[in-house]
Amino acid sequence: MTPRTVRLRPADLLAAAYAALLYGFIFLPVAVLVLFSFQESRIPVPPFDGPSLRWYEAMFADRRMMEALVNSILVALVSSSVSLALGFLAAYGLARHRLPGAGALKLILTAPLTVSYLIIAMGLLITFNTLGVSRSLLTIGIGHVVINLPLCFAILYSQMGGHQAQIERAARDLGASEAQVILLVAVPMLWPALFAAFFLAFTFSWDEFIIALLVSRFDVTLPVEIWNMLRSGLNPQTNAVGSFVFLISFLFVIALDLALFGRRRARSRRGAAA
Amino acid sequence: MTAGSRLRAWGFVAPAALWTAAFFLLPLAVMALYSLWRRVGMTLVAEPGLANYLAFVEKSFFLESLLNSLEVTLTVTILSILFAYPLAWILAEKVPERFQRLALLAAVLPFWTSYVVRSYSWLLVLSEGGVISTFLLDVGLTQEAVSLANSRTATVIGFVHFFVMLLTLTIYANLVQLPKSYAKAAQDLGAGPVATFVHVVLPLTLPGIMVGAFLTFVLCIGDYITPQILGGAQELLLPQTIMLQIQRRSDFPMASALAMILMAVVTLAYVACARWLKLDRA
Repeated sequence: MTPRTVRLRPADLLAAAYAALLYGFIFLPVAVLVLFSFQESRIPVPPFDGPSLRWYEAMFADRRMMEALVNSILVALVSSSVSLALGFLAAYGLARHRLPGAGALKLILTAPLTVSYLIIAMGLLITFNTLGVSRSLLTIGIGHVVINLPLCFAILYSQMGGHQAQIERAARDLGASEAQVILLVAVPMLWPALFAAFFLAFTFSWDEFIIALLVSRFDVTLPVEIWNMLRSGLNPQTNAVGSFVFLISFLFVIALDLALFGRRRARSRRGAAA
Repeated sequence: MTAGSRLRAWGFVAPAALWTAAFFLLPLAVMALYSLWRRVGMTLVAEPGLANYLAFVEKSFFLESLLNSLEVTLTVTILSILFAYPLAWILAEKVPERFQRLALLAAVLPFWTSYVVRSYSWLLVLSEGGVISTFLLDVGLTQEAVSLANSRTATVIGFVHFFVMLLTLTIYANLVQLPKSYAKAAQDLGAGPVATFVHVVLPLTLPGIMVGAFLTFVLCIGDYITPQILGGAQELLLPQTIMLQIQRRSDFPMASALAMILMAVVTLAYVACARWLKLDRA
């Protein structure tokens, strides 16, 4: 236990110095990214000559970039909704019914988690090519469901305990139909897990690059558009876009954190963060 | 269990199972098949054979990129563990409990920048005229601008930055689960701080280390973005070689064979770590 009155010993100072050094290392690139997004001149390297908002203006005026932003949001929303729905149904089916081959099914449903995105992307590209399916936002979304469905399934399955099964049985005994049991009993009980799964899936889709690169054609998502920008070398507009993406993701994480831990904080033991 | 309710259960699972079969298992099977075919000139020869795998062994270009990948991945994994462990320990033991979550959230904050953007940010720091170069010039450590970008060092730095965050999480999660009484018992039995750490704390946090190390290995060896942005074209890692086959040469059979080899390497890593990965679930 940490004593209430803290005496600073050399070991503690060393620990503090080490932590400061590592936090410095972790924050350095992000700090540089954000700082030079406010650069006035054309190259985002020292000396800093801002602050200026011209690169943010340039970003919002960039039509391709804004289209990519909208595409990203669209793909992320649709693909994480589909992942959540399919993942929930599968978890419900496997947690509430005894099926022959359930073990193998669980293994297959979670298998994509162990294969790198590059390989998943390649497999889809070759398959779509062979079948003559043209690449579009739809094919990106299909790929994103492949990577996020196992995630949603695993999260929801782990949260469907026996306690909830009893409440669902009680509802059924009182005359609820299967649809009512799911919508009025199972879903409300699971909502923090559903919320977490959806947001995780959304952020993964939002940030995913290699699948989006390989199975897209004319309409691209934000990471691919940023990738295209990198060809022009260091550019403050890339900094502005990067900082903007960072801000959005940051707000996401805060929302997720509040939703999941805000209410539980009072009774949570230490180490609740996973 | 009645046939009706079993049918209904299948109804719940079927959409997810069909999706996974159609868009995950089928593509893997197609890729496995392609890896046995050959591309001659611009045409695809659909006869099964091991030509691509033989090419992998014979052409030093392919084998070297695998070796580069293994070297970089192992370096990154080891460095990340060495950097992350003390940080996780400090977070778990030295930071007051009510600030731990905040400290942890801060430590993984850059996780939430876009992955592509994070590599680009390191380019800003490492490239000629960048932050480090300017700093070294100002301090007087060098006389001319230095560039650390476009090198293996840059790739390793970019990777370590990402995986230190990941390993800090897994090791921290493991450390806070250890009852304080264990270390106390060791000390009561006469072990000093070093002996307590080596014989009690470290072995008990091995699962956390191994889970993080396995994730690091798998994500690192399959990543195309970081080496492509930071490593430049001097030496290629396996994912870069795979992408080269796809984008420049449109040689899907060779790319498929390389992907199969990548999967095999990851599977071997899993087998090697399986003992500890299972332990973590118990």
